[in-house]
Amino acid sequence: MSGSDQRLQDLSLDALRKQDREVFSQLVDLSSGQIFRLLLRMLNNELDAEDALQETYIKAFQALPSFEGRSSLKTWLYRIAANEALMIMRKHKPEPRTIEIDEDNEELDAPYEIVDWCCAPERELLSQETRSKLVAAAQKLTDNLRMVFLLRDVEGLSGEETAEVLGLSVDVVKTRLLRARLKLRDELSAYFAEKMKL
Amino acid sequence: MTEHIHDRETCKKYLALLSDYADDELEQDLCKSLEDHMANCENCMIVVNTMKKTIDLYHTVDDEDEPTLPDDVRTRLVKRLSLEDLLK
Repeated sequence: MSGSDQRLQDLSLDALRKQDREVFSQLVDLSSGQIFRLLLRMLNNELDAEDALQETYIKAFQALPSFEGRSSLKTWLYRIAANEALMIMRKHKPEPRTIEIDEDNEELDAPYEIVDWCCAPERELLSQETRSKLVAAAQKLTDNLRMVFLLRDVEGLSGEETAEVLGLSVDVVKTRLLRARLKLRDELSAYFAEKMKL
Repeated sequence: MTEHIHDRETCKKYLALLSDYADDELEQDLCKSLEDHMANCENCMIVVNTMKKTIDLYHTVDDEDEPTLPDDVRTRLVKRLSLEDLLK
């Protein structure tokens, strides 16, 4: 657990439930950087991320009196933020629910690129170009796959926490995570295959 | 790249297990079955290793990316929440 995560967890829940402004300001101070980064990665747009950030804390403040503390404050905030992000995504491109169901149930694509790039030099693996490729590859994922991947593999939440944040079953989280990882692996393999030809 | 000695259907069957395997969450018997398969299937071995490396790369890059709130975004957030007296 990072230092700011620990300090967040140490805030008085009683004071927060009473909507104590000073403790709430500490919660904002300790968590807003992380929440903004998550929203930026989910939404790929700074203005949308800022709107979602403000709404997250307004809704968090309103909901504090009923916060039961069954999940950590961080997971609770992530859930509010993820809901805000989902609402913005739906506003931009309304998708019928049947598409989500199809995506979870369709057959897995066989890996397309079979090239072993694990032993590429570290300077290549962590070059600025590779970093840009990582960001671009994650942005190409569908919203459903990207949300799961970001929470699970980037933010480091457990499968259960990710399921709780997104209101999904653990099985659906696992299925989406597998699809996301296979797609990202294919993207990076195609990229490194090109580099290795040079 | 090596010649693929298994039929695609066999490999596809194992594809669904790879994520759990990468997370060390695969049941022991399935884990053994996948490892036996990979011992004779270099393609599946490469897919597993490159998937793990992909996850590692995202972790590494994330660890270096400190979460910061741009000053102007912070100022507008504090104002929207009417916390100017508590957060400068």
